[in-house]
Amino acid sequence: MSRLQVVSGKGGTGKTTVAAALALALATEGKRTLLVEVEGRQGIAQLFETEALPYEERKIAVAPGGGEVFALAIDPELALLDYLQMFYKLGGAGRALKKLGAIDFATTIAPGLRDVLLTGKACEAVRRKDKTGRFVYDYVVMDAPPTGRITRFLNVNDEVAGLAKIGPIHNQAQAVMRVLKSRETAVHLVALLEEMPVQETVDGISELRAAKLPVGRIIVNMVRPAILDEADLDLTRDAPRTAIAKSLSAAGLGGARRGGVAERLVEPLLTQAEEYAERYALEREQRAALQALGLPLHELPLLAEGLDLAGLYELATELRRQGIS
Amino acid sequence: MSLDPVRLLDVDPLLDDPKTRIVVCCGAGGVGKTTTAAALGLRAAERGRKVVVLTIDPARRLAQSMGIDALDNTPRRVKGVDDSANGELHAMMLDMKRTFDEIVEAHADPERAAAILNNPFYQSLSAGFAGTQEYMAMEKLGQLRARDEWDLIVVDTPPSRSALDFLDAPKRLGSFLDGRLIRLLTAPAKLGGRAGMKFLNVGMSMMTGTLGKLLGGQLLKDVQTFVSAMDTTFGGFRTRADATYKLLQAPGTAFLVVAAPERDALREAAYFVERLAAEDMPLAGLVLNRVHSSGAAQLSAERALAAAENLAEARIVDQEGGKAGLRNSPDTYGSSESPDSAVPEAPAPDAGSPAADRIDAEGAGTARTVDHLTAGLLRLHAERMRLLFREQRTRDRFTSLHPEVAVAEVAALPGDVHDLAGLRDIGDRLAAGA
Repeated sequence: MSRLQVVSGKGGTGKTTVAAALALALATEGKRTLLVEVEGRQGIAQLFETEALPYEERKIAVAPGGGEVFALAIDPELALLDYLQMFYKLGGAGRALKKLGAIDFATTIAPGLRDVLLTGKACEAVRRKDKTGRFVYDYVVMDAPPTGRITRFLNVNDEVAGLAKIGPIHNQAQAVMRVLKSRETAVHLVALLEEMPVQETVDGISELRAAKLPVGRIIVNMVRPAILDEADLDLTRDAPRTAIAKSLSAAGLGGARRGGVAERLVEPLLTQAEEYAERYALEREQRAALQALGLPLHELPLLAEGLDLAGLYELATELRRQGIS
Repeated sequence: MSLDPVRLLDVDPLLDDPKTRIVVCCGAGGVGKTTTAAALGLRAAERGRKVVVLTIDPARRLAQSMGIDALDNTPRRVKGVDDSANGELHAMMLDMKRTFDEIVEAHADPERAAAILNNPFYQSLSAGFAGTQEYMAMEKLGQLRARDEWDLIVVDTPPSRSALDFLDAPKRLGSFLDGRLIRLLTAPAKLGGRAGMKFLNVGMSMMTGTLGKLLGGQLLKDVQTFVSAMDTTFGGFRTRADATYKLLQAPGTAFLVVAAPERDALREAAYFVERLAAEDMPLAGLVLNRVHSSGAAQLSAERALAAAENLAEARIVDQEGGKAGLRNSPDTYGSSESPDSAVPEAPAPDAGSPAADRIDAEGAGTARTVDHLTAGLLRLHAERMRLLFREQRTRDRFTSLHPEVAVAEVAALPGDVHDLAGLRDIGDRLAAGA
């Protein structure tokens, strides 16, 4: 099982939610996971209903069975200062650089550098050991940039190679790439059963594969419950409307006569069934497209009550049940 | 169900008004910005305006249907548009690298342009900088506006990390490339002679030294060459960024914040509304996509579920009179305790299948099947009502926070949109949502 789990997905698919649920799911039986955020959106804090996360590893949740989830929002500027401190013992000079805008410049404008710093920090957490030689975190889960940018983001070596041909950044990029391309890492993509997210997943996977980055699983999020089966859907097409009206009436919903309360429900209910059928067919098509990719496929239900902390634990349990950890 | 009358956004007057020259669609990723932009463009064109839609990252089939799947950075006339009102629809997909290259080519002599285009720093910047796409979208908007060939430009914004990027990136990129730091980096000699700049100069040499160490020296040299080459060829990025920014504030520009009735999307929308106000950007309203409704809203989720249960109970009673356990429940299948009964039952699920029952329209079998269907319809309705309620609650939270924002709701479609007919339908729904 890879120790660095990267979670990407098209915008709106809920990748932060899935990353958080995965971190919870992996933190079973006394295990410790670190959930990292790299885009400065504070999505993790919102999800766990806590105040904004600082650039500091902080415990945010306890998993069933005593495991712990820590969270870290990686700030590229602070990561660079960290890094300068580590290699050059810059101290106060680092702050002066920040004042001048040099740090901002380096992390924003120098393409790739920012990404090396972000992925570098995550890789550092993966490799970090305590005094007894045990890994500090059993797993690191990264809430990564969206599918459209994930390969670029992870493929820091290529990005930096053209710019920093030598020097510590170059070495850092090399070290990061060794972790990212190894079996230590798995990149998961979150999708929805809709055309665009599925297409983007398919494209994203071929890009990741072309860059030799290890693709992990596909997690389909917000799957709606199957309410009508094939037989029901067949029946709706030439449904005996009077029979449905009678059935509604028998269920206690008013008169089945023409114009009766139950009778007036038939049309709108069948319209909803038609919409359901259309979506059902579309979802089946999209599911097949994802299955054709030949990767482990998981499905998480759409939470009826919207997403809250309890829902997050529910999703984590579901991931565990599906053998993801 | 809403508590207070929500201000309604009527898109048609906005699209028809000859004074409206730019419509910017912004919002979080995955809420249907591109589709909304395309639908608005098509609607405006079919209502008689000459429109160009600038899209960033359309779904492949949508792009194909509009004839802009070839990424050539030039507006193409869209075929199949109803031109009875003398309107036209043009569309283009943004190629950010190409746009950047074009700026360089347009403003530098060929030799210098080649030097810039081949500079490694430029190559990374034009393809990779987090704000380049945003910047280029705004640049392209400026170009299209300057050509003055269209009555109306509809812009889709990039799927940014956060909605703010699209406002910040042009400024950020502009101020970086044209700002003090770059000048320090690129022109240390000029500053050396001035006593007052001594401190800065020390700071600067330390900085270039550190950056050089970090990035390996060559990068810094590339940056310096790049910036000085750029600087002499055209009047500075900041000027351009400022011009684009002013264009967005100008009367004639209308922002539409696009969202879906979900917590995160509306939170982002609220954030955007506040930000636009702070920047004096003219907000026309909120487009709320994928809103669900029901023709049977008088039937609550609770009553629907209770009724569905009534039907299920009735069926169990029915089944006990002879066909007990015939429904293929997983319990029956998985049970190893009674292999005798489980095995023969498996291939005989016909008892409840419509194929068998339809033959006898009035028979007891049909009644059971119809009950099963009806129970399903009721559960489906309960799910719909819950969704409706959740959406309404989320929307109400937004409108109570921002009662000043006009809202247009777009009824959800069961499938995806990938042709003009679909876009037209969205446009109709958009106009009807007011």
